Amino acid sequence: MLKVEDLQVYYGMINAIKGVSFEVNEGEVVALIGANGAGKTTILHTVTGLVAAKSGHVYLEGRDLCKLPAHKIVYLGMAHVPEGRRIFQQLTVYDNLRLGAFSLKDKAKIESNINYVFKHFPRLLERKNQIAGTLSGGEQQMLAMGRALMSNPKIILMDEPSMGLSPLLVAEIFKIISEVSKDGTTVLLVEQNAKKALSIADRAYVLETGKIVMEGKASDLLNDPRIKAAYLGE
Amino acid sequence: MSSFFSYLITGISLGSIYALIALGYTMVYGIAKMLNFAHGDVIMIGGYIVFTAVSTLGWSSGLGIFGAIFCGILGCLLLGVLVEKVAYKPLRNAPSLAVLITAIGVSYLLQNIALLIFGSNPKNFSSVVMFDGFSIGKVRISGETVVTIAVSVLIMIGLTLFVNHTKSGMAMLAVSEDKGAAQLMGVNVNRTISLTFAIGSALAGVASILLCSTYPLLSPYTGAMPGIKAFTAAVFGGIGSIPGAMIGGVILGVIESLSKAYISSQFSDAIVFGVLIIVLLVKPTGIMGKKLNEKV
Ligand SMILES: Nc1ncnc2c1ncn2[C@@H]1O[C@H](COP(=O)(O)OP(=O)(O)OP(=O)(O)O)[C@@H](O)[C@H]1O
Ligand SMILES: [Mg+2]
Repeated sequence: MLKVEDLQVYYGMINAIKGVSFEVNEGEVVALIGANGAGKTTILHTVTGLVAAKSGHVYLEGRDLCKLPAHKIVYLGMAHVPEGRRIFQQLTVYDNLRLGAFSLKDKAKIESNINYVFKHFPRLLERKNQIAGTLSGGEQQMLAMGRALMSNPKIILMDEPSMGLSPLLVAEIFKIISEVSKDGTTVLLVEQNAKKALSIADRAYVLETGKIVMEGKASDLLNDPRIKAAYLGE
Repeated sequence: MSSFFSYLITGISLGSIYALIALGYTMVYGIAKMLNFAHGDVIMIGGYIVFTAVSTLGWSSGLGIFGAIFCGILGCLLLGVLVEKVAYKPLRNAPSLAVLITAIGVSYLLQNIALLIFGSNPKNFSSVVMFDGFSIGKVRISGETVVTIAVSVLIMIGLTLFVNHTKSGMAMLAVSEDKGAAQLMGVNVNRTISLTFAIGSALAGVASILLCSTYPLLSPYTGAMPGIKAFTAAVFGGIGSIPGAMIGGVILGVIESLSKAYISSQFSDAIVFGVLIIVLLVKPTGIMGKKLNEKV
């Protein structure tokens, strides 16, 4: 479904992504793990067009995205939950969700998506008219995910959804990611919480300073001694 | 008492004009994060367009007046969009100082174009308001005042509804908070910025017609002072905030009118800016300005 080929990304002179290739198949949950500064966010930003690639290709269902402006991507069925949530702080929860459906025209579809989001995040329903900036960190994360789901994506990219959350909330967020996947949405999950990510993913890629150094089935990586030492703290 | 009431009404009317201009500053600031110092001069150009239509081409009655008003507003709208495309868009990723200097440059450019075409002698703008106004008791309210207040109230209601209840309005709110996140929702940022300039400049067009109808001397520098006052009003209300610009504009107009009447007409501007300084000392984000704490 999503295919990235030999991606090179520069920030000025700095070569942040050095020839990365990976693939996400329909229905999969794929994890992309790596330490701080490895380039995970940069990859997601390049995939959705917020950062331009120097070379390489990004294909969504065979279509090359590199020449498309960022705002066209969501219309092709790809949503992105950005790092740090980036919800619209001054707007209400409900307006944030409405903006999440900006790419849709069909009112009935938007309504049913809102119900879908409220079903998975009952907390958002309780706080429908609250200004988003006053939500707790965990609620903001839920809103960021709900907002992305509002566009009815075929594939959703999530950048560290567990960042800064208490263990209980982390568990809840991961449970919802599994549910979203079961409902048929393909997931590309970027995480520093490698243990959690590997436990729900089908496959995973390990990124180190802009290069993929390892890939495989998530269950295999979870037991790999190198991964254990470097990312699982065991 | 009746004179107080009439100064108050004058202040509200003047303040409504400031508010219309301030809306352009605040919306553009909110979305493009830049101070469009040429905004005041768009007003002056709007004045000259209407002046040319009414006094030179003789569209001075009935349908002609409406044609002149329409051309004035459309002219401002197109000018605003053109200035954005030509002068500001290429600087989208430039440091804000470069953008600010460009805006000042555009401001002088517009003034000089007007100087070249119309000369430096002030023109006598003939009011487009065909309504004589009325009296309440001893207080005389001019047609210009009535029309200014009525038009401004309608525009403010319309704008508020537009911003909060249409897709394009929501897109504007989204872009003003986070361009990247807005793009992820499918919002075309360039188009939204153009739309904002179009709306802001059209409001400047309306303001120019109201301003020149009330204060009929039109010169290439006509836009400068109201521009600065409206900018002050926008800061006063909280730059980036639409209701802030409306409230800020009206308060500013009232303070100006009352201090002209009761304190000193020479000092009225000093008083206006003095109040601004005090407000900013007490509440640096302005009356309606809000800053939410980011949560990690
Ligand atoms: N806008 C930028 N300008 C310059 N360098 C940048 C920029 N954004 C990221 N970088 C650099 O690119 C590299 C990759 O950053 P990126 O944010 O993609 O890492 P990450 O894997 O997401 O890290 P984290 O887990 O901390 O979020 C880092 O060395 C970072 O300093
Ligand atoms: Mg990151």
